[in-house]
Amino acid sequence: MVKLLQKNEFVNFIKDGDKLLVGGFGMSGTPLTLIDGVASSSLKNLTIVSNNLGEPGKGLGILLKEKKLVKAIGSYFTTNRDAVQAWVDGELEIELIPQGTLAEAVRCGGAGIGGFYTKTAVGTKLADGKEEKMMDGERFILEKAIKGDVSLIKAHKADRLGNLVYDHTGRNFNPVMATASKIVIAEVDEIVENGELLPSEIVTPHVYVDYLVMSNYVKKAGVFVESI
Amino acid sequence: MSQSDRITIAKRIVQELKQGQVVNLGVGIPTLIPDYLGAKKLVLQSENGLLGMGPTPPTAEVNMDLISASKAPITMEIGASLFDSSNSFAMIRGGHIDVAVLGVLQVDQTGEIANWAVPGQTILGVGGAMDLVAGANEIIVATLHTSKNGEPKLVKELTFPSSGIRKADLVVTEHAVFKFEEGTMKLVEILSDISLEELKEKTGAEFECNSEIKNS
Repeated sequence: MVKLLQKNEFVNFIKDGDKLLVGGFGMSGTPLTLIDGVASSSLKNLTIVSNNLGEPGKGLGILLKEKKLVKAIGSYFTTNRDAVQAWVDGELEIELIPQGTLAEAVRCGGAGIGGFYTKTAVGTKLADGKEEKMMDGERFILEKAIKGDVSLIKAHKADRLGNLVYDHTGRNFNPVMATASKIVIAEVDEIVENGELLPSEIVTPHVYVDYLVMSNYVKKAGVFVESI
Repeated sequence: MSQSDRITIAKRIVQELKQGQVVNLGVGIPTLIPDYLGAKKLVLQSENGLLGMGPTPPTAEVNMDLISASKAPITMEIGASLFDSSNSFAMIRGGHIDVAVLGVLQVDQTGEIANWAVPGQTILGVGGAMDLVAGANEIIVATLHTSKNGEPKLVKELTFPSSGIRKADLVVTEHAVFKFEEGTMKLVEILSDISLEELKEKTGAEFECNSEIKNS
């Protein structure tokens, strides 16, 4: 059984300077309740691995506003002008990785694979300093796997074992992020009894999940709003 | 004017796409394509984890966990499937997407693409651009012929950072269609009332054209 944590109890599992793997694509599939918890904690000097840093003051953008971050690793930061400004001001280190390379690096991190050769970004600025190898007549670059200290993910439903299902494209990076940290905390909309999720519909098996936190957010029309 | 140019480009690209093809549409002009498909059905892939993307839902049915790569609400076609980001990019990188239609900042006369960064500005976003360039089976570039400042976007040599070594197959602008064959750019068709001389003037890239090319 995974443990259901009360509101901000989960921040005790995170330390200053930790690397956090965070699910989400834009605001969809983003663990908004967990992000709020980190924002209101005393944690600092965090590194975030996530596709993007939300929007100004929204999603992971909140952690940037609260000056919790020293580094962000992801594929697309231009949708958050605060991230761009923090980088310009030298307050935030950014490591830019193509989106597919990011997803595969985290997948490898959780799958016991140290790195992989990809054809994405060969011959570009993002290949600078990376080992190149020719295989079967094609050029590839070496990318290292990514692992984290704590993963913060968002699923739709969990059972009491911690098996997870996702809501449509809210799945995005969450299943890979769930595999690649020592501690995995899942924010969920609903917890059901064991046996209620069909084995064939479970996307993240409970072996990957350590703790559950109930989401404070509900979807209303085109936005996510706090329900409490 | 600019919007009608964009529509001209989208409509012309529709002619290149075949019934049932698996297609990834980039941001910008490519997102207009679904409006001009007519009876043609494509299978649209969205990089955030959906194969079989459908049109925008009515407001009452919007689910912010069912969105496109541009983060707009969408629906699912019959036969659609959902998957995570690593699977989505395995699909893209692994050659399982028939066609990627991409907007660009520049394309050079060999078909090399620049579509992620502008020199001199902060370079903080790449998204799925390089994965699509590296992995799609066919790449069609959808772009206005010149930039906002009137600079050619079809150039001899890229001055913006490259998106990869993999070349485009076709480029469609409001004025013309060009194909790339063995590193050479060839005029396929003129789409506007522009003369060949004017077209050459507006195009930084050098291209071949045979005498049979007529204004369509």
